[in-house]
Amino acid sequence: MPDRTSCRFCNAIPVGLEISDTLVIEVQDLNVVFGRGARSFHAVRDVSFGVDRGQSFGLVGESGSGKTTVLRAIAGLLGNVAHVTGAMKVADEELKQNRSRPFRRRVQMVFQDPYGSLHPRHTVDAILSEPARVHQLDRIKDRVVKALEEVGLDASFRFRYPHQISGGQRQRVSVARALIIEPDIVLLDEPTSALDVSVQAEVLNLLMRLKREHRLTYVLVSHNLAVVAHMCETLSVMQNGAVVETMTVEQLRSHNPTQPYTKQLLTASLGYDRAAIDAFEEFDSK
Amino acid sequence: MTEHPMLIVEDLHVTYDTPTGVVRAVNGVSFELGREKLGIVGESGSGKSQTGRAILGLTAGGTVTAHRLEFEGIDLLNASERTMREIRGGRISMILQDPKYSLNPVMTIGAQIEEAFIIHSKATKQEARARTIEMLKAVRIREPERVYKTYPHEVSGGMGQRIMIAMMMIPEPAIIIADEPTSALDVTVQLQVLAILDDMITRRGTGLIFISHDLNLVASFCNRVLVMYAGKVMEQCSAAELANANHPYTQGLLNCLPRLDAGQDELPVLQRDPSWA
Repeated sequence: MPDRTSCRFCNAIPVGLEISDTLVIEVQDLNVVFGRGARSFHAVRDVSFGVDRGQSFGLVGESGSGKTTVLRAIAGLLGNVAHVTGAMKVADEELKQNRSRPFRRRVQMVFQDPYGSLHPRHTVDAILSEPARVHQLDRIKDRVVKALEEVGLDASFRFRYPHQISGGQRQRVSVARALIIEPDIVLLDEPTSALDVSVQAEVLNLLMRLKREHRLTYVLVSHNLAVVAHMCETLSVMQNGAVVETMTVEQLRSHNPTQPYTKQLLTASLGYDRAAIDAFEEFDSK
Repeated sequence: MTEHPMLIVEDLHVTYDTPTGVVRAVNGVSFELGREKLGIVGESGSGKSQTGRAILGLTAGGTVTAHRLEFEGIDLLNASERTMREIRGGRISMILQDPKYSLNPVMTIGAQIEEAFIIHSKATKQEARARTIEMLKAVRIREPERVYKTYPHEVSGGMGQRIMIAMMMIPEPAIIIADEPTSALDVTVQLQVLAILDDMITRRGTGLIFISHDLNLVASFCNRVLVMYAGKVMEQCSAAELANANHPYTQGLLNCLPRLDAGQDELPVLQRDPSWA
Protein backbone atom coordinates (compact mmCIF):
# COMPACT_ATOMS: atom_id res chain seq x y z
CA MET A 1 0.00 0.00 0.00
CA PRO A 2 1.53 3.33 -1.04
CA ASP A 3 2.48 5.55 1.82
CA ARG A 4 1.03 8.77 0.53
CA THR A 5 -0.66 11.64 2.26
CA SER A 6 -0.39 14.19 -0.52
CA CYS A 7 -2.42 14.37 -3.70
CA ARG A 8 -0.69 12.26 -6.35
CA PHE A 9 -1.35 14.76 -9.11
CA CYS A 10 -0.51 18.10 -7.64
CA ASN A 11 1.38 17.20 -4.43
CA ALA A 12 -1.02 19.30 -2.32
CA ILE A 13 -1.60 18.00 1.17
CA PRO A 14 -5.30 17.61 2.03
CA VAL A 15 -6.51 19.88 4.82
CA GLY A 16 -6.27 18.18 8.20
CA LEU A 17 -3.62 15.68 7.19
CA GLU A 18 -0.71 18.03 7.18
CA ILE A 19 -0.55 18.40 10.91
CA SER A 20 1.33 15.29 11.92
CA ASP A 21 4.54 13.65 10.80
CA THR A 22 6.08 16.88 9.67
CA LEU A 23 9.07 18.08 11.57
CA VAL A 24 8.99 21.85 11.83
CA ILE A 25 11.89 22.11 14.26
CA GLU A 26 15.02 20.02 13.89
CA VAL A 27 18.00 20.69 16.10
CA GLN A 28 21.14 18.60 15.58
CA ASP A 29 24.17 18.64 17.88
CA LEU A 30 23.64 22.18 19.06
CA ASN A 31 26.56 23.58 21.03
CA VAL A 32 26.75 27.05 22.51
CA VAL A 33 29.93 28.45 24.03
CA PHE A 34 30.03 31.87 25.67
CA GLY A 35 33.35 33.70 25.67
CA ARG A 36 36.72 32.46 24.49
CA GLY A 37 39.76 30.67 25.81
CA ALA A 38 40.19 29.83 29.47
CA ARG A 39 37.18 31.85 30.58
CA SER A 40 34.76 30.34 28.09
CA PHE A 41 31.60 28.64 29.26
CA HIS A 42 30.09 25.69 27.45
CA ALA A 43 26.38 26.41 28.04
CA VAL A 44 24.77 23.90 25.66
CA ARG A 45 26.36 20.54 24.82
CA ASP A 46 25.32 18.39 21.84
CA VAL A 47 21.60 19.00 22.16
CA SER A 48 19.39 17.40 19.49
CA PHE A 49 15.63 17.21 19.21
CA GLY A 50 12.78 17.46 16.73
CA VAL A 51 9.26 18.80 17.06
CA ASP A 52 6.33 17.88 14.80
CA ARG A 53 3.89 20.49 13.58
CA GLY A 54 1.15 21.13 16.11
CA GLN A 55 3.03 19.45 18.94
CA SER A 56 4.41 20.90 22.14
CA PHE A 57 7.90 20.07 23.23
CA GLY A 58 9.16 20.81 26.73
CA LEU A 59 12.64 21.57 27.97
CA VAL A 60 12.94 21.09 31.74
CA GLY A 61 15.89 21.70 33.98
CA GLU A 62 17.24 23.64 36.91
CA SER A 63 18.72 27.11 36.62
CA GLY A 64 21.90 27.11 34.59
CA SER A 65 21.03 23.91 32.75
CA GLY A 66 21.03 25.69 29.38
CA LYS A 67 17.33 25.37 28.55
CA THR A 68 16.75 29.06 27.87
CA THR A 69 19.97 29.27 25.85
CA VAL A 70 18.61 26.58 23.49
CA LEU A 71 15.50 28.70 22.96
CA ARG A 72 17.52 31.85 22.37
CA ALA A 73 19.77 29.99 19.92
CA ILE A 74 16.71 29.03 17.85
CA ALA A 75 15.31 32.55 17.99
CA GLY A 76 18.71 34.00 17.03
CA LEU A 77 18.94 36.09 20.17
CA LEU A 78 22.41 35.09 21.33
CA GLY A 79 24.24 37.77 19.40
CA ASN A 80 27.98 37.86 18.91
CA VAL A 81 29.03 36.86 22.43
CA ALA A 82 28.12 33.23 21.86
CA HIS A 83 29.72 30.71 19.53
CA VAL A 84 26.93 28.52 18.14
CA THR A 85 27.60 25.30 16.22
CA GLY A 86 25.34 22.52 15.02
CA ALA A 87 22.50 22.35 12.52
CA MET A 88 19.08 23.87 13.09
CA LYS A 89 16.24 23.63 10.62
CA VAL A 90 13.20 25.56 11.74
CA ALA A 91 10.12 26.53 9.75
CA ASP A 92 11.64 25.14 6.52
CA GLU A 93 14.79 27.18 6.86
CA GLU A 94 18.37 26.15 7.60
CA LEU A 95 19.33 28.59 10.28
CA LYS A 96 22.55 30.52 9.80
CA GLN A 97 23.99 33.55 11.56
CA ASN A 98 21.05 35.85 10.85
CA ARG A 99 17.34 35.20 10.84
CA SER A 100 15.31 36.19 7.79
CA ARG A 101 12.18 38.29 7.97
CA PRO A 102 9.93 35.35 6.96
CA PHE A 103 11.50 33.35 9.79
CA ARG A 104 10.74 36.08 12.28
CA ARG A 105 7.19 36.18 11.04
CA ARG A 106 6.75 32.44 11.58
CA VAL A 107 8.65 32.07 14.85
CA GLN A 108 7.85 34.21 17.88
CA MET A 109 8.89 34.14 21.50
CA VAL A 110 7.12 34.86 24.80
CA PHE A 111 9.43 35.83 27.63
CA GLN A 112 9.40 34.93 31.29
CA ASP A 113 8.93 38.18 33.07
CA PRO A 114 5.88 40.21 32.06
CA TYR A 115 7.22 43.04 34.21
CA GLY A 116 10.47 43.28 32.27
CA SER A 117 9.49 42.37 28.73
CA LEU A 118 6.97 45.13 27.99
CA HIS A 119 8.16 48.67 27.34
CA PRO A 120 7.07 50.68 30.40
CA ARG A 121 6.44 53.89 28.43
CA HIS A 122 4.55 52.30 25.54
CA THR A 123 0.81 51.74 25.65
CA VAL A 124 -0.56 48.27 24.97
CA ASP A 125 -1.62 49.63 21.58
CA ALA A 126 1.94 50.72 20.73
CA ILE A 127 3.37 47.42 21.99
CA LEU A 128 1.04 45.39 19.80
CA SER A 129 1.22 47.64 16.72
CA GLU A 130 5.00 47.56 16.48
CA PRO A 131 5.48 43.95 15.29
CA ALA A 132 2.59 44.37 12.84
CA ARG A 133 4.24 47.51 11.44
CA VAL A 134 7.66 45.84 11.24
CA HIS A 135 6.12 43.08 9.14
CA GLN A 136 4.26 45.64 7.00
CA LEU A 137 0.82 44.29 7.76
CA ASP A 138 -2.33 46.19 6.88
CA ARG A 139 -5.34 47.07 9.09
CA ILE A 140 -3.14 47.36 12.15
CA LYS A 141 -5.86 48.73 14.42
CA ASP A 142 -8.19 45.83 13.63
CA ARG A 143 -5.38 43.38 14.25
CA VAL A 144 -4.61 44.93 17.64
CA VAL A 145 -8.25 44.70 18.72
CA LYS A 146 -8.49 41.14 17.46
CA ALA A 147 -5.23 40.08 19.14
CA LEU A 148 -6.47 41.50 22.46
CA GLU A 149 -9.78 39.72 22.03
CA GLU A 150 -7.97 36.42 21.38
CA VAL A 151 -6.18 36.64 24.72
CA GLY A 152 -9.34 37.58 26.59
CA LEU A 153 -8.80 41.33 26.95
CA ASP A 154 -11.29 43.87 25.64
CA ALA A 155 -10.46 46.93 23.57
CA SER A 156 -10.44 49.16 26.67
CA PHE A 157 -6.93 47.84 27.39
CA ARG A 158 -5.52 49.39 24.23
CA PHE A 159 -4.48 52.69 25.72
CA ARG A 160 -3.25 51.51 29.07
CA TYR A 161 0.38 51.30 30.12
CA PRO A 162 1.90 48.06 31.44
CA HIS A 163 2.00 49.37 35.01
CA GLN A 164 -1.76 49.95 34.90
CA ILE A 165 -2.59 46.27 34.38
CA SER A 166 -1.99 43.15 36.49
CA GLY A 167 0.78 40.57 35.98
CA GLY A 168 -1.58 38.06 34.37
CA GLN A 169 -2.95 40.70 32.01
CA ARG A 170 0.61 41.71 31.11
CA GLN A 171 1.48 38.14 30.21
CA ARG A 172 -1.68 38.05 28.06
CA VAL A 173 -0.39 41.16 26.28
CA SER A 174 2.98 39.39 25.74
CA VAL A 175 1.15 36.45 24.18
CA ALA A 176 -0.91 38.84 22.03
CA ARG A 177 2.28 40.56 20.86
CA ALA A 178 3.70 37.21 19.77
CA LEU A 179 0.50 36.15 18.00
CA ILE A 180 -0.42 39.37 16.22
CA ILE A 181 1.78 38.53 13.24
CA GLU A 182 0.28 35.03 13.02
CA PRO A 183 3.31 32.83 13.64
CA ASP A 184 3.05 29.05 13.55
CA ILE A 185 5.86 28.35 16.02
CA VAL A 186 5.92 29.96 19.46
CA LEU A 187 8.88 29.69 21.81
CA LEU A 188 7.73 30.02 25.43
CA ASP A 189 10.36 30.84 28.03
CA GLU A 190 8.91 30.18 31.53
CA PRO A 191 5.66 31.92 30.55
CA THR A 192 3.97 31.51 33.93
CA SER A 193 6.73 31.33 36.53
CA ALA A 194 6.23 34.94 37.64
CA LEU A 195 2.48 34.46 38.14
CA ASP A 196 0.27 33.22 40.97
CA VAL A 197 -1.08 29.70 40.50
CA SER A 198 -4.64 30.89 39.82
CA VAL A 199 -3.37 33.24 37.11
CA GLN A 200 -1.01 30.55 35.83
CA ALA A 201 -4.02 28.30 35.24
CA GLU A 202 -5.71 31.02 33.18
CA VAL A 203 -2.61 31.66 31.06
CA LEU A 204 -1.96 27.93 30.50
CA ASN A 205 -5.59 27.44 29.42
CA LEU A 206 -5.22 30.39 27.07
CA LEU A 207 -2.04 28.95 25.52
CA MET A 208 -3.72 25.55 25.04
CA ARG A 209 -6.76 27.12 23.39
CA LEU A 210 -4.65 29.25 21.04
CA LYS A 211 -2.60 26.20 20.12
CA ARG A 212 -5.75 24.29 19.16
CA GLU A 213 -7.32 27.17 17.26
CA HIS A 214 -4.23 28.22 15.32
CA ARG A 215 -2.43 24.86 15.09
CA LEU A 216 0.60 26.31 16.79
CA THR A 217 3.79 24.45 17.58
CA TYR A 218 5.22 25.20 21.01
CA VAL A 219 8.64 24.82 22.55
CA LEU A 220 8.14 25.38 26.26
CA VAL A 221 10.99 25.98 28.67
CA SER A 222 10.17 25.56 32.34
CA HIS A 223 11.63 24.46 35.64
CA ASN A 224 8.20 23.19 36.66
CA LEU A 225 7.65 19.54 35.72
CA ALA A 226 3.90 19.73 36.31
CA VAL A 227 3.52 22.67 33.90
CA VAL A 228 5.50 20.86 31.21
CA ALA A 229 3.52 17.67 31.78
CA HIS A 230 0.30 19.62 31.37
CA MET A 231 1.33 21.38 28.18
CA CYS A 232 3.60 19.02 26.24
CA GLU A 233 3.58 15.61 24.58
CA THR A 234 7.32 15.04 24.81
CA LEU A 235 10.06 16.60 26.88
CA SER A 236 13.80 16.62 27.36
CA VAL A 237 15.38 16.98 30.78
CA MET A 238 18.52 19.12 30.70
CA GLN A 239 21.39 19.34 33.14
CA ASN A 240 24.70 21.13 32.78
CA GLY A 241 23.93 22.04 29.19
CA ALA A 242 23.26 18.50 28.03
CA VAL A 243 20.07 16.51 27.54
CA VAL A 244 19.92 13.84 30.25
CA GLU A 245 16.80 12.14 28.99
CA THR A 246 14.04 12.57 26.43
CA MET A 247 10.70 11.00 27.16
CA THR A 248 6.98 11.13 26.61
CA VAL A 249 4.68 12.71 29.14
CA GLU A 250 3.15 9.28 29.81
CA GLN A 251 6.57 8.03 30.90
CA LEU A 252 6.89 10.99 33.23
CA ARG A 253 3.40 10.56 34.63
CA SER A 254 3.92 6.89 35.34
CA HIS A 255 7.05 7.85 37.32
CA ASN A 256 9.13 5.88 34.93
CA PRO A 257 12.16 7.94 33.94
CA THR A 258 15.34 5.94 33.39
CA GLN A 259 17.99 8.43 34.52
CA PRO A 260 18.77 9.00 38.21
CA TYR A 261 18.83 12.77 37.70
CA THR A 262 15.31 12.78 36.28
CA LYS A 263 14.11 10.50 39.07
CA GLN A 264 15.49 12.88 41.68
CA LEU A 265 13.92 15.89 39.97
CA LEU A 266 10.58 14.09 39.93
CA THR A 267 10.85 13.16 43.62
CA ALA A 268 11.73 16.76 44.49
CA SER A 269 8.72 18.04 42.54
CA LEU A 270 6.36 16.00 44.70
CA GLY A 271 7.02 18.03 47.86
CA TYR A 272 8.95 17.84 51.13
CA ASP A 273 9.94 14.35 52.19
CA ARG A 274 12.66 14.42 54.85
CA ALA A 275 13.83 10.85 54.22
CA ALA A 276 14.01 11.25 50.44
CA ILE A 277 16.12 14.40 50.74
CA ASP A 278 18.91 12.54 52.54
CA ALA A 279 19.15 10.24 49.54
CA PHE A 280 19.64 13.16 47.13
CA GLU A 281 22.84 13.01 45.11
CA GLU A 282 24.96 15.81 43.74
CA PHE A 283 24.85 15.92 39.97
CA ASP A 284 27.02 19.00 39.63
CA SER A 285 30.21 17.36 38.44
CA LYS A 286 31.15 18.34 34.93
CA MET B 1 0.31 21.41 70.10
CA THR B 2 -0.36 24.97 71.19
CA GLU B 3 -0.73 24.35 74.92
CA HIS B 4 1.67 27.17 75.69
CA PRO B 5 1.60 29.40 72.68
CA MET B 6 4.72 31.57 72.38
CA LEU B 7 3.00 34.00 70.11
CA ILE B 8 -0.62 35.12 70.26
CA VAL B 9 -2.08 37.20 67.45
CA GLU B 10 -5.67 38.36 67.81
CA ASP B 11 -7.54 40.49 65.31
CA LEU B 12 -4.45 41.96 63.62
CA HIS B 13 -4.99 44.81 61.18
CA VAL B 14 -2.42 46.52 58.98
CA THR B 15 -3.60 49.51 56.99
CA TYR B 16 -1.87 51.88 54.60
CA ASP B 17 -3.10 55.35 53.80
CA THR B 18 -2.63 55.94 50.09
CA PRO B 19 -3.77 58.81 47.86
CA THR B 20 -6.45 56.51 46.46
CA GLY B 21 -7.82 55.50 49.87
CA VAL B 22 -7.05 53.19 52.76
CA VAL B 23 -5.57 49.81 51.82
CA ARG B 24 -6.37 47.06 54.32
CA ALA B 25 -3.36 44.79 53.80
CA VAL B 26 -4.17 42.64 56.83
CA ASN B 27 -7.77 42.59 57.93
CA GLY B 28 -8.47 40.83 61.22
CA VAL B 29 -6.00 37.94 61.38
CA SER B 30 -5.85 35.74 64.49
CA PHE B 31 -3.64 32.75 65.25
CA GLU B 32 -1.40 31.24 67.89
CA LEU B 33 2.04 29.75 67.47
CA GLY B 34 3.68 27.09 69.62
CA ARG B 35 6.75 24.94 68.97
CA GLU B 36 5.60 23.98 65.52
CA LYS B 37 5.83 24.76 61.84
CA LEU B 38 2.95 27.01 60.86
CA GLY B 39 2.51 27.73 57.16
CA ILE B 40 0.84 30.87 55.84
CA VAL B 41 -0.17 30.46 52.20
CA GLY B 42 -1.90 32.77 49.80
CA GLU B 43 -1.50 34.57 46.51
CA SER B 44 0.48 37.76 46.07
CA GLY B 45 -1.29 40.60 47.82
CA SER B 46 -3.09 38.33 50.27
CA GLY B 47 -1.32 39.93 53.25
CA LYS B 48 0.83 36.95 54.26
CA SER B 49 4.13 38.86 54.24
CA GLN B 50 2.53 41.87 55.93
CA THR B 51 1.33 39.59 58.74
CA GLY B 52 4.90 38.36 59.30
CA ARG B 53 6.32 41.86 59.19
CA ALA B 54 3.69 43.30 61.56
CA ILE B 55 4.81 40.87 64.27
CA LEU B 56 8.27 42.46 64.24
CA GLY B 57 6.99 46.01 63.74
CA LEU B 58 8.49 46.20 60.25
CA THR B 59 5.58 47.78 58.40
CA ALA B 60 7.08 51.07 57.29
CA GLY B 61 4.37 53.63 56.67
CA GLY B 62 1.60 51.29 57.76
CA THR B 63 -0.63 51.39 60.84
CA VAL B 64 -0.74 48.20 62.90
CA THR B 65 -3.56 47.58 65.33
CA ALA B 66 -4.53 44.39 67.10
CA HIS B 67 -6.70 43.24 69.94
CA ARG B 68 -3.68 41.29 71.15
CA LEU B 69 -0.16 40.83 69.76
CA GLU B 70 1.81 39.05 72.43
CA PHE B 71 5.15 37.23 72.43
CA GLU B 72 6.05 35.35 75.64
CA GLY B 73 3.92 37.77 77.66
CA ILE B 74 5.37 40.91 76.03
CA ASP B 75 2.88 43.20 74.32
CA LEU B 76 4.62 43.80 70.99
CA LEU B 77 2.42 46.74 70.02
CA ASN B 78 3.29 48.83 73.08
CA ALA B 79 6.83 47.57 73.67
CA SER B 80 9.58 50.21 73.74
CA GLU B 81 11.88 50.49 70.74
CA ARG B 82 14.65 49.17 72.99
CA THR B 83 12.71 46.01 73.83
CA MET B 84 11.81 45.57 70.16
CA ARG B 85 15.49 45.77 69.19
CA GLU B 86 16.25 42.96 71.62
CA ILE B 87 13.44 40.86 70.22
CA ARG B 88 14.21 41.48 66.55
CA GLY B 89 16.93 39.11 65.45
CA GLY B 90 17.45 37.92 69.03
CA ARG B 91 14.18 36.27 70.08
CA ILE B 92 12.30 36.42 66.78
CA SER B 93 14.28 36.43 63.56
CA MET B 94 13.34 36.63 59.94
CA ILE B 95 14.61 34.84 56.85
CA LEU B 96 13.83 36.69 53.63
CA GLN B 97 13.36 35.48 50.10
CA ASP B 98 16.44 36.33 48.14
CA PRO B 99 19.92 36.08 49.67
CA LYS B 100 21.20 38.26 46.83
CA TYR B 101 19.30 41.20 48.28
CA SER B 102 19.12 40.40 51.96
CA LEU B 103 22.82 39.82 52.69
CA ASN B 104 25.08 42.86 52.98
CA PRO B 105 27.13 42.88 49.76
CA VAL B 106 30.10 44.77 51.24
CA MET B 107 30.62 42.68 54.39
CA THR B 108 32.20 39.24 54.45
CA ILE B 109 29.90 36.39 55.32
CA GLY B 110 31.80 35.68 58.52
CA ALA B 111 31.54 39.28 59.72
CA GLN B 112 27.78 39.37 59.06
CA ILE B 113 27.04 36.20 60.99
CA GLU B 114 29.31 37.29 63.84
CA GLU B 115 27.57 40.64 64.03
CA ALA B 116 24.21 38.91 64.49
CA PHE B 117 25.69 36.93 67.37
CA ILE B 118 27.61 39.72 69.11
CA ILE B 119 24.68 42.16 69.10
CA HIS B 120 22.52 39.69 71.01
CA SER B 121 25.11 38.29 73.45
CA LYS B 122 28.14 39.33 75.47
CA ALA B 123 30.49 37.09 73.56
CA THR B 124 34.02 38.10 72.65
CA LYS B 125 35.24 38.30 69.08
CA GLN B 126 37.03 34.94 69.35
CA GLU B 127 33.98 33.18 70.76
CA ALA B 128 31.82 34.72 68.04
CA ARG B 129 34.21 33.51 65.37
CA ALA B 130 34.23 29.98 66.74
CA ARG B 131 30.43 29.95 66.96
CA THR B 132 30.15 31.28 63.41
CA ILE B 133 32.35 28.54 61.98
CA GLU B 134 30.37 25.99 63.98
CA MET B 135 27.12 27.43 62.60
CA LEU B 136 28.40 27.32 59.02
CA LYS B 137 29.23 23.65 59.57
CA ALA B 138 25.76 23.07 61.00
CA VAL B 139 24.13 24.37 57.79
CA ARG B 140 26.39 21.94 55.91
CA ILE B 141 28.71 24.38 54.26
CA ARG B 142 31.89 22.66 53.18
CA GLU B 143 35.11 24.52 53.95
CA PRO B 144 33.52 26.90 56.49
CA GLU B 145 36.87 28.63 57.07
CA ARG B 146 37.08 29.61 53.43
CA VAL B 147 33.42 30.67 53.17
CA TYR B 148 33.85 32.76 56.33
CA LYS B 149 36.12 35.11 54.38
CA THR B 150 34.05 35.31 51.17
CA TYR B 151 31.53 37.97 50.11
CA PRO B 152 27.89 37.22 49.26
CA HIS B 153 28.40 37.55 45.49
CA GLU B 154 30.94 34.71 45.60
CA VAL B 155 28.45 32.08 46.79
CA SER B 156 25.53 30.35 45.04
CA GLY B 157 21.88 31.01 45.84
CA GLY B 158 21.44 27.80 47.84
CA MET B 159 24.59 28.54 49.83
CA GLY B 160 23.49 32.15 50.39
CA GLN B 161 20.21 30.97 51.84
CA ARG B 162 21.99 28.49 54.13
CA ILE B 163 24.15 31.41 55.29
CA MET B 164 20.97 33.39 56.02
CA ILE B 165 19.68 30.49 58.08
CA ALA B 166 22.99 30.31 60.00
CA MET B 167 22.79 34.04 60.71
CA MET B 168 19.19 33.86 61.90
CA MET B 169 19.73 30.74 64.03
CA ILE B 170 22.93 31.86 65.76
CA PRO B 171 21.24 33.98 68.50
CA GLU B 172 18.99 30.94 69.17
CA PRO B 173 15.66 32.69 68.64
CA ALA B 174 12.38 31.30 69.94
CA ILE B 175 10.59 32.01 66.68
CA ILE B 176 11.72 32.22 63.07
CA ILE B 177 9.60 33.95 60.46
CA ALA B 178 10.63 32.68 57.05
CA ASP B 179 9.16 34.71 54.18
CA GLU B 180 9.40 32.67 50.98
CA PRO B 181 12.84 31.46 52.11
CA THR B 182 13.43 29.10 49.21
CA SER B 183 11.33 30.49 46.35
CA ALA B 184 14.40 31.71 44.48
CA LEU B 185 16.04 28.26 44.55
CA ASP B 186 15.82 25.16 42.36
CA VAL B 187 13.54 22.40 43.68
CA THR B 188 16.21 20.01 44.88
CA VAL B 189 18.29 22.75 46.51
CA GLN B 190 15.10 24.15 48.03
CA LEU B 191 14.32 20.86 49.73
CA GLN B 192 17.90 20.44 50.95
CA VAL B 193 17.85 23.92 52.50
CA LEU B 194 14.48 23.22 54.12
CA ALA B 195 15.77 19.95 55.54
CA ILE B 196 18.59 21.85 57.26
CA LEU B 197 16.13 24.40 58.66
CA ASP B 198 13.78 21.62 59.71
CA ASP B 199 16.49 19.69 61.57
CA MET B 200 17.69 22.81 63.39
CA ILE B 201 14.30 24.02 64.56
CA THR B 202 13.23 20.53 65.58
CA ARG B 203 16.37 20.08 67.70
CA ARG B 204 16.00 23.45 69.41
CA GLY B 205 12.23 23.59 69.68
CA THR B 206 12.00 26.77 67.67
CA GLY B 207 8.61 27.93 66.39
CA LEU B 208 8.46 28.59 62.65
CA ILE B 209 6.15 30.77 60.60
CA PHE B 210 6.66 29.68 57.02
CA ILE B 211 5.23 32.13 54.49
CA SER B 212 4.87 30.72 50.99
CA HIS B 213 2.75 30.71 47.85
CA ASP B 214 3.52 27.03 47.23
CA LEU B 215 0.63 24.95 48.56
CA ASN B 216 2.17 21.57 47.94
CA LEU B 217 5.37 22.55 49.68
CA VAL B 218 3.56 23.95 52.73
CA ALA B 219 1.29 20.90 52.91
CA SER B 220 4.28 18.57 52.99
CA PHE B 221 6.60 20.71 55.15
CA CYS B 222 4.45 22.33 57.86
CA ASN B 223 2.29 21.02 60.70
CA ARG B 224 -0.52 23.53 60.39
CA VAL B 225 -1.63 25.92 57.64
CA LEU B 226 -3.38 29.29 57.49
CA VAL B 227 -4.82 30.12 54.09
CA MET B 228 -5.06 33.86 53.48
CA TYR B 229 -6.97 35.89 50.93
CA ALA B 230 -7.49 39.65 50.78
CA GLY B 231 -5.96 40.18 54.22
CA LYS B 232 -8.14 37.60 55.94
CA VAL B 233 -7.68 34.03 57.08
CA MET B 234 -9.98 31.93 54.92
CA GLU B 235 -9.20 28.68 56.61
CA GLN B 236 -6.98 27.05 59.25
CA CYS B 237 -6.24 23.36 59.14
CA SER B 238 -3.59 20.76 59.78
CA ALA B 239 -1.17 20.52 56.87
CA ALA B 240 -1.94 16.87 56.27
CA GLU B 241 -5.60 17.78 55.85
CA LEU B 242 -5.00 20.58 53.35
CA ALA B 243 -5.99 18.40 50.39
CA ASN B 244 -9.41 17.92 52.04
CA ALA B 245 -9.82 21.61 52.82
CA ASN B 246 -13.39 22.88 53.04
CA HIS B 247 -13.13 26.44 51.92
CA PRO B 248 -13.88 27.02 48.23
CA TYR B 249 -10.88 29.36 47.95
CA THR B 250 -8.46 26.69 49.23
CA GLN B 251 -10.11 24.10 47.01
CA GLY B 252 -9.89 26.47 44.04
CA LEU B 253 -6.19 27.12 44.62
CA LEU B 254 -5.43 23.41 44.86
CA ASN B 255 -7.47 22.54 41.79
CA CYS B 256 -5.86 25.07 39.48
CA LEU B 257 -2.41 23.48 39.91
CA PRO B 258 -1.37 21.36 36.93
CA ARG B 259 -0.98 17.77 38.08
CA LEU B 260 1.92 15.42 37.53
CA ASP B 261 -0.05 12.22 37.99
CA ALA B 262 -2.89 12.76 35.53
CA GLY B 263 -3.56 14.84 32.45
CA GLN B 264 -6.38 17.36 32.14
CA ASP B 265 -7.63 19.13 29.05
CA GLU B 266 -8.30 22.34 30.85
CA LEU B 267 -7.30 23.54 34.30
CA PRO B 268 -10.19 24.58 36.56
CA VAL B 269 -9.94 28.33 37.02
CA LEU B 270 -10.37 29.86 40.46
CA GLN B 271 -13.76 31.57 40.79
CA ARG B 272 -13.47 34.36 43.31
CA ASP B 273 -16.45 35.06 45.51
CA PRO B 274 -16.81 38.74 46.48
CA SER B 275 -18.01 37.66 49.93
CA TRP B 276 -14.51 36.34 50.78
CA ALA B 277 -12.94 39.78 50.81
